[in-house]
Amino acid sequence: MELEHYIAWLLLVTPLTASIAILLHLYKKHDMAIFASIGSAVICFLIALYVAFGNLPAPNPWIWISLPGSSESPGVNIEIGMIFDALSKGMLLIVTGVGMLVHIYSYGYMKNDPGRGRFFGGLSIFMFSMTGIVLATNLIELFFFWEGVGLSSYLLIGFWFTKESAAAAANKAFVCNRLADFGFMIGILTYWLLSGSVSIEPAVVANYHPVMSVPVVQSTLTTIQQTLHHHSPFTGIHHSGAVAATQFTLAIMVLGLFAGCVGKSAMFPFHVWLPDAMEGPTPVSALIHAATMVAAGVYMLCRVYPLLILSPFGMFVIASIGCFTAIFAALIAVQQDDIKRILAYSTLSQLGYMVMAVGCGGPDAAMFHLSTHAFFKALLFLAAGSVIHALHDEQDIWKMGGLAKKIPLTFWTFLIGMLALSGCWPLAGCWSKDYVLEVAEAYGPVYYWVGVFTAFLTAFYMTRLVVVAFLGHARTAAAEHPHESPPVMTGPLVVLSVLSVIGGVIGIKAYYHDWFDGVLGTLHITPAVVPGAESMFPAWLAPLISVPTAFVVAGLISAYFLYVGKDRDPLNIQFLARKFYCDEFYERSLVGGQQWTAIALNWIDSWILDGLIIRGAAYISVGVGEILRLFQTGSLQTYAFIFSIGGVLLIYFTLFSH
Amino acid sequence: MLDAFFLAAVQILVTAGAVMVLFLFIIMLLDLTGAEKIPRQKIWMGCALLLALGFLYTVALTLKATPQGAVGIDQAPPPHVLSAKYMAVRIANNPGASPGFLTDLSDDTHRIGVLLFATNVNSMQTTYVAPFEITSLLILVATIGVIVLCKQDELPRPSPREQITREAPPKSTKPETASTR
Amino acid sequence: MEITLNHYLAVGAILFVIGLMGVITRRNLIIIYMSLEMMLQAANLTLVAFSRFNGSLDGQVFVFFVITVAAAEVAVGLALIVALYRLRQTTQVQDLTSLKF
Repeated sequence: MELEHYIAWLLLVTPLTASIAILLHLYKKHDMAIFASIGSAVICFLIALYVAFGNLPAPNPWIWISLPGSSESPGVNIEIGMIFDALSKGMLLIVTGVGMLVHIYSYGYMKNDPGRGRFFGGLSIFMFSMTGIVLATNLIELFFFWEGVGLSSYLLIGFWFTKESAAAAANKAFVCNRLADFGFMIGILTYWLLSGSVSIEPAVVANYHPVMSVPVVQSTLTTIQQTLHHHSPFTGIHHSGAVAATQFTLAIMVLGLFAGCVGKSAMFPFHVWLPDAMEGPTPVSALIHAATMVAAGVYMLCRVYPLLILSPFGMFVIASIGCFTAIFAALIAVQQDDIKRILAYSTLSQLGYMVMAVGCGGPDAAMFHLSTHAFFKALLFLAAGSVIHALHDEQDIWKMGGLAKKIPLTFWTFLIGMLALSGCWPLAGCWSKDYVLEVAEAYGPVYYWVGVFTAFLTAFYMTRLVVVAFLGHARTAAAEHPHESPPVMTGPLVVLSVLSVIGGVIGIKAYYHDWFDGVLGTLHITPAVVPGAESMFPAWLAPLISVPTAFVVAGLISAYFLYVGKDRDPLNIQFLARKFYCDEFYERSLVGGQQWTAIALNWIDSWILDGLIIRGAAYISVGVGEILRLFQTGSLQTYAFIFSIGGVLLIYFTLFSH
Repeated sequence: MLDAFFLAAVQILVTAGAVMVLFLFIIMLLDLTGAEKIPRQKIWMGCALLLALGFLYTVALTLKATPQGAVGIDQAPPPHVLSAKYMAVRIANNPGASPGFLTDLSDDTHRIGVLLFATNVNSMQTTYVAPFEITSLLILVATIGVIVLCKQDELPRPSPREQITREAPPKSTKPETASTR
Repeated sequence: MEITLNHYLAVGAILFVIGLMGVITRRNLIIIYMSLEMMLQAANLTLVAFSRFNGSLDGQVFVFFVITVAAAEVAVGLALIVALYRLRQTTQVQDLTSLKF
C-alpha cells in the first residue's frame, strides 16, 4: 500500500483510462483523443523509468487485488498484481519506450485519417494489455491481458474495416490466436493441476518440483497419488501438495504453455495471421506485430522457463518449431514484393530465433534478442511507414526505386535498421544473434547451421529490399517525387536507430543473464552456455570473425549483385512467393472441413431434427388420429360386435388367466 | 322343473302378452318393405359366428371349472325364503304347529309376495319393497316417455260443424309421416 | 342323465349367444330389438336356475324386476323406432349411419 506501488499501478490505469475515455466520448474529438493517448504513453514511459531505476519497496510482487480461494482450495487465489523483477522491468522499458515512440510517430502518420481518434483508443488499450502481460503475477491475470492484446490487435488490424481484406485479416488474426489460446488454457490448467497454483512468480515457479511417478512402482504410487489427489486443487490444496506428475503430463503442460506462444508469436502452424496483419496501419505493425505483442509469447516462455525445462521433449518441440519457423519465414521473405510483408516475414523469422533460443536452453539469449529486435524492427517498420507515406501509400518495392537521394533520413535510418537486423557487426543485432546461435550450437549442430543459413537469407532479402526500393532509379512516377516525412515521424526513427546501434553493448545481455542465473540457480541448472567461453579474440571483436558473419556478408554481397539495377525480380520461385501454399492448404482443409461440417449439421438439422423428429411426430399424431377415425363407423352393429368381443375377452382373462 | 310357477305366469303375461304384442303392433304399423335386398356380408357373419363360439367356449370353461354346478335338481336345497329369525317368530306365534309348516310354503307365489311386500319385520329379512316402488315409478316414466315420443302433431281437421255443412269431405290430408322436430 | 345346474346355464348361454348373433348380424332394427329381448330372457333363465339351485328366492324376485324393466324398455325403444321411422322412412340399420366419421 505504498505510494510507490500506486505510482506503478498507474502504469496500468493510465492507458486504460485514456482508452475508456476515447471509447466513450473522445473518438470524435480527434485532437483530444490523440492528446490523451500520447499523454498516457509518455506517462507510462516515465513511470517505467522510475520503476526500473528507482527502488521499489517491498512487497515484490505487489498484489493489488486478491480474491481468496474457497475454503476447499485455499491456495488458489485470483489475484491482480504486479511483479517487478529484472525480467519484467526490462520488458517494461522496451514496451513503454517503443510504445511511446510509436505513439509520437502515429501522430504524424495518421494525421489525415478520419478515424484517428479510434486508432489512438486502440493503441491505448494495447498499451494497457501489454503492460498487464509484462507485470502479471499469475497465469490467470496473464491470460486476461493476453486476450486483451488479442482484442486490440483485432481492432487495430481491422482499423480500416471498410476494406474487406483488412476485416478478413483481423478475423484471421483473432481466430488463430483463439485456437492457440485453447492450447494455452490446457497448459495453464495442467500447471494448476500439477502444482496447485497458477502463480508465475519466480519464487513459486523455480520451486516447483514435480513429484514424479515411476511406472515400476505404480501400485505404491497409485496410493500416493490418491492421497495426493485428495489434496488436488479441486478438493483441497497444499501449496506443496500436487498431483503426481508423469513425463507425459509435464509434456502436456509445457506444450500447452508453448501453444500460447505459438499463437501469439506466430510460430509455424499458426503463423498465417501475421503477414495478413500488415493490413493495419504501419504504426500498428511496428508496435504490435514487430516489437511487443508478438514478443509477448517469448516473454511468457521466459517467465515460465523453470517449468519448461521439466520436459525435455517439450523443449525439443519448442526449439524445433522455433528453428523451423525461422528458416521457413526467411525462405518466404526472399520472394515477397510488398515492403511490409517482407518485414513481417522477417519478424516471423526472428521470432523463430527467439523461440529456438528458449528451447535450446538460453532464455537470456531470447530476451536479449527480443530487446534488440524490438529496436531495429520497430525502426524498420516505422521507416517503411515513412516510405509508404512519402509515396502516397505505395507498398510494392518494384514500384519504388531511387529513394535514397530523395528521402535521405528515412534511407539512412532504414539502412541502419537493415544492417542491425542482418547482424552486421557492431550493430545490436549482431550481438544478440550471435548469442542465440551460441546457445543453439550447444543444444545441437542442426539448429546452429539452420540458424546460420537463416542469417544468410535474412541478409539476402533485406539487401534485396534496400537495393530495389532505395537504390537505382525510380520506377514509377510516384517514386519520382517522394516527400520527406515531418519531424514528428523522423524523430522516433532517429531515436530507434541510435538504440539499434548501441543496443548490443549497453549491457542487456549481462542483465538478463544474471537474472536467469539467479532464478535458475535455485534449480542447480546452469544456463546452457557461458557466454564468450572460448574465443581467441577479445569479446568485442569475436562476432566479427565468425561463421555467422561470413554468411551474413555473403548474403549481403550476393543480394546486392543480384538485384542492383534490375527492374524485375530475376528469381521467380513461385513456391516461396506463394508462401508454401499455406493459406491455400488451410483454406482447403480447415475452412473446407468446417464448411462440410456446417453443411452436414444443416442437413441433420433440417432433415432429421426438423423433419423426422418434429414433423414426424406431428404426422404420427395425425396419422394415428386418421386411423382411429376409421373406428367410428356409425354402424351400431359394429359397435355391438366390438363391445361383445371386449366383454368375452374380459371374462376370459379375468377367470382363466393369471 | 325349476318350480318357478309365478314367474312363468308373469313371463307369459308380460313378455308374450305385452312385449311381443307390442312388437307385432309396431311391425304392423311400420311399412317394412324390401328389407333384405342387399346381400349379407359373409365375413361379417363369420366374425359373429366366431364371437359366438368364443363366448360359448368361455362359458364351457367356466362350467367345467365349477364342479358345484353339477348338482342335480334333487340335491338342490329346497327353496326357502324365510330367515331363521322370522321362522322363530312364526313358530312363537303359532305354537303347536308342525315344524314343517314353515317350509310348507310350497307356493312360490306366496313366497315371492312375502319377499316383495313384507315390510321390515325387525330387520329380519331383506325385502324388495323399495325396488318394487321404484320400478312402478319407472313404468310411469316409460309410459310418459312413450307418449311423448310417439305423439304426432295435431292435424288440421275441420270442426264437426264444418264437416256437417259441407258437401264433400274436405280433402283429407294424409297424416304426416314426418314429424317435425 | 341328470339335469344339473350346468345344463340350465348352458341353455341360458346358448340363448344369449343366439340373441347376440341376432343383434350383430340382422339388419332390421326391430329384429335386432327382438334379439335383444332374447338376451334379456336368457339372463332371466340363468337367474331362475341359480335361484332354484341355491334354494333362495332372491333370484326370482330379481327376474320379476327384470321382466318389468324389460317391458318398459321395449315400450320406449319401440317408440323410438317409430319416431325414427317417421324421420328416416327406414328401419334398415345400414341407413342409420349419421354418426359415421
